[in-house]
Amino acid sequence: MSGQRPAAPVATAGPVERRRGWTGWFDPRGRRLGGWAFALNRLTGLGLVAYLYLHLGVLFLLSQGPDGWDAFVDVALSPPILVMDVVLIFGMLLHGLNGIRVGLVGYGMVATRQGALFVGLMIIGAIVLLAATLRVFA
Amino acid sequence: MAEPQTTPTRPVRFRVHRRKAGDSGGRYDSFEVQLDEQRTVLDGLVAIRKEQDPSLTFRHSCFHASCGTCGMRVNGADVLACVTKVADLGPTVTVEPLANIPLVSDLVVDMGAFYGPFSRAGRPLLRESELVPGSQRAEGIDVLTRYEDCIECGICVSACPLTGSDPRYAGPAALCAAGRVIEEPRDADRLAALRFADGSHGVWRCHVAYECTGACPSNADPGAHIMRLRRAATADRFRRWFGVGRAAR
Repeated sequence: MSGQRPAAPVATAGPVERRRGWTGWFDPRGRRLGGWAFALNRLTGLGLVAYLYLHLGVLFLLSQGPDGWDAFVDVALSPPILVMDVVLIFGMLLHGLNGIRVGLVGYGMVATRQGALFVGLMIIGAIVLLAATLRVFA
Repeated sequence: MAEPQTTPTRPVRFRVHRRKAGDSGGRYDSFEVQLDEQRTVLDGLVAIRKEQDPSLTFRHSCFHASCGTCGMRVNGADVLACVTKVADLGPTVTVEPLANIPLVSDLVVDMGAFYGPFSRAGRPLLRESELVPGSQRAEGIDVLTRYEDCIECGICVSACPLTGSDPRYAGPAALCAAGRVIEEPRDADRLAALRFADGSHGVWRCHVAYECTGACPSNADPGAHIMRLRRAATADRFRRWFGVGRAAR
């Protein structure tokens, strides 16, 4: 040991890394249609993974017998949960339909028409979501 | 004698990113500049450097979107400052360097880092000339050469969300260059360009946000090139795995 104190960290004189990181995925500034599709796909993907675990938890209630399950069904039919069902359907439609776009565009099939494809699929999704919402609250 | 007409000006507030070599962090300095509605962000930066702060550093050259040197982020959008009018922006114009490329000073990024993957991609710079139908060649000009659509401004790299989170990703500019080699190899090594692109940090890392294509100021369309490369890479793998057809050359 030389007895000297370790040098304090100093800024380097060379170029410094300046990456946007994963938070840049959700930066709305300057974002275009494909960028929104990218960001929404991540958000809905995380939501669907969370739902999967929630769903497994709900299925676990079946092992608790009829009383536990019936109590859950009463909660599941309440308006706030029905609204969450619609949110779930929205996420599934957006993620699934955008997945079709990513799959088709990703293999060069409609490489220059991805924006129009996204709009078209989202129109289909909106129609299905409307029908599903009416069905959920019927 | 009639008075010369003057274009009305308005005050524009610029928030400009500052960071010099050796600084431990960045900051934003504010400047107010009188500009008329035809003026661009680059005009504003030139005025700031000339009249208010000569230490402000940024790159520019042609002033008409040909050279690609004034790529920067303006109010969060990746643009060429020379063709971005202040009249189209709000009362405050925030100017930052391109993202995802190492910063040298203020608004200047290290284009050496940007060009790094280009050489591995084959880096074509010139393409066959395309004459406008009916146009005539100037006297004394026998052969026309034309630069690629890509002006190597770095805007696509800054706009790409994946380049921002994966430092190993080759990025849209280099992959676009590789795509041009595949399409029009001339004497370049087409197979090497394809193998460069066909990797987990090549074309398969792209997540189809198409921000590169949307931001590109010269319509080079890196996104479409990446997708066509995927198709070529898939075909090449099939040939290698199943011996169907000839390998890419």
